[in-house]
Amino acid sequence: MIALVDCNNFYVSCERAFAPALEGQPVGVLSNNDGCVVARSEELKALGIAMGAPVHLIPPSLRRRCVLLSSNYALYGDMSRRVNEVLESLAPHVEPYSIDESFLHLDGLDVAASEVLARELRGRVHRETGIPVSVGLAPTRVLAKLANRFAKRGDGVCYLAADAATTQAQLEQLPVAELWGVARRSAERLAALGIDTAWALRQTEPARVRRALSVVMERIVWELRGHGAILMDDLEAPRHHLLVSRSLGRPTTALHELREALRQHVARAGEKLRRQGSLAQVVRVVLRTGPFQVGRGAYRNAAQVTLAAPSDDTRELLRAAQQALAIIYREGYRYQKCGVMLMGLVEAGAAQGRLLAEDSAEALRRRRLMATLDRVNRELGRDTVRLGLPRRDSGWKLRCANRSDRYTTRWDELPRVRT
Amino acid sequence: MSLSTPWPARHHSATPPLPLLGCRVRAGFPSPADDHLDTELDLHAHVVKRPAATYFVRAEGDSMRGDGIHDGDLLVVDRSLEARPGRVVIVALEGELTVKRLEQQAAGPCLVASHPDYPPIPLAGRECRVWGVVTHVVHALPGGQR
Repeated sequence: MIALVDCNNFYVSCERAFAPALEGQPVGVLSNNDGCVVARSEELKALGIAMGAPVHLIPPSLRRRCVLLSSNYALYGDMSRRVNEVLESLAPHVEPYSIDESFLHLDGLDVAASEVLARELRGRVHRETGIPVSVGLAPTRVLAKLANRFAKRGDGVCYLAADAATTQAQLEQLPVAELWGVARRSAERLAALGIDTAWALRQTEPARVRRALSVVMERIVWELRGHGAILMDDLEAPRHHLLVSRSLGRPTTALHELREALRQHVARAGEKLRRQGSLAQVVRVVLRTGPFQVGRGAYRNAAQVTLAAPSDDTRELLRAAQQALAIIYREGYRYQKCGVMLMGLVEAGAAQGRLLAEDSAEALRRRRLMATLDRVNRELGRDTVRLGLPRRDSGWKLRCANRSDRYTTRWDELPRVRT
Repeated sequence: MSLSTPWPARHHSATPPLPLLGCRVRAGFPSPADDHLDTELDLHAHVVKRPAATYFVRAEGDSMRGDGIHDGDLLVVDRSLEARPGRVVIVALEGELTVKRLEQQAAGPCLVASHPDYPPIPLAGRECRVWGVVTHVVHALPGGQR
């Protein structure tokens, strides 16, 4: 059995956990630089404000009724860690997929036992972190992801069997484009083959899907049929952050081995970042010993570095990541896992501010830099972006006019309680 | 460039670790090795039993002086603990986080201050959610502040 635990409206829930006055209010969290709405409370959704809506296009009369907060990546990163720690205390194998979703492998548990555990997880996470979560249960990841959607509409826990009449009815209702892992282009190609619902995809001969589309799409067919086939890397990354986290081949105490693992993770994250045409503002590094280490042998910590300017340059990301690692690394522990998360992603073309000129030999990078430069200048006026030498004091400023306090990572920003 | 990390104070202490001597026996089976085991005393681990569920908050006001909570004190809050009568709890009361002692009185559960100027707040008919249980107070004395 696989469980997908997904935090409901995660960024908003993090804000509400420390500011009870936000409960029941239409609350939104804005992207990097306060550009668009990237997280919405149910009340904000009810006002008709779409995901990704640019703030300046929301009518002022409507905007006045909402609480729109700047992104607080330090808070979200730390709350994500807490949620996963609670999950790990109850389930043996937790695999974070994104900042607000984790897969749990519940090997050997039947449906009834899984549902009991799922409710326990929900209760514990909510109590200990204040974050409401939904749990989707199914034999495969793709089905668990779907089950999670249904769980959100229902009472927070949903089991989806691979071969049940109810599952068939639900898959028949579901446009194939809404299936996890099916990008719009793939959906168009599937439609051309006459496959427009998830059920139709499930019923298609897997080999035919592979020939017409891809191996990944064939795996999705197998997953829909209840046979686990998807690897974590098969699936597209979420849009606003990137996570690369793996267990080390074998536990290690050596800093140089951790640095090497981290180098690979950052390289991988950098590739993904560039493929989707984004830049990252925040680099978060997580380090921990094995989950079965207790007492003296157990250690975990995380640190995050905010870059002077958003970047997709692996070297800059790596420099930040190694800096974070150096801060949290302690000698004498046997580390099992090391991961990197890139947050505060912006589209490469939308990054405002000064870009740095570098005497890099990579012609491709140069060309893209120039293309970006031209586009920003065209859209925002000449000389919005100029090439220049980096000056420490004139750095790109992250616009975060309305950011809440970093309640869990700064001594001078702790929540205040009235006595 | 800015940095943030949870538990920044941990392991940054300039004082050398103290040997663990004369420690009290813990619950559970005593380990034969305990008598021979000396290790660094970790105040954080001593105070924070469930890291995922533990939060630090800052107290404001003087209504909890009788419980040893002064204005500006650092409170350690464990959200995994159950709010029972007698415990000092953080509640979300009318949109604000508030610290009081939970008590079972004749009229029902009440939030009680430990200062004569503040009357008990009955919970009946009031929107109130328990946020966590305060387990420790860190109160800096003169010389202890940075």
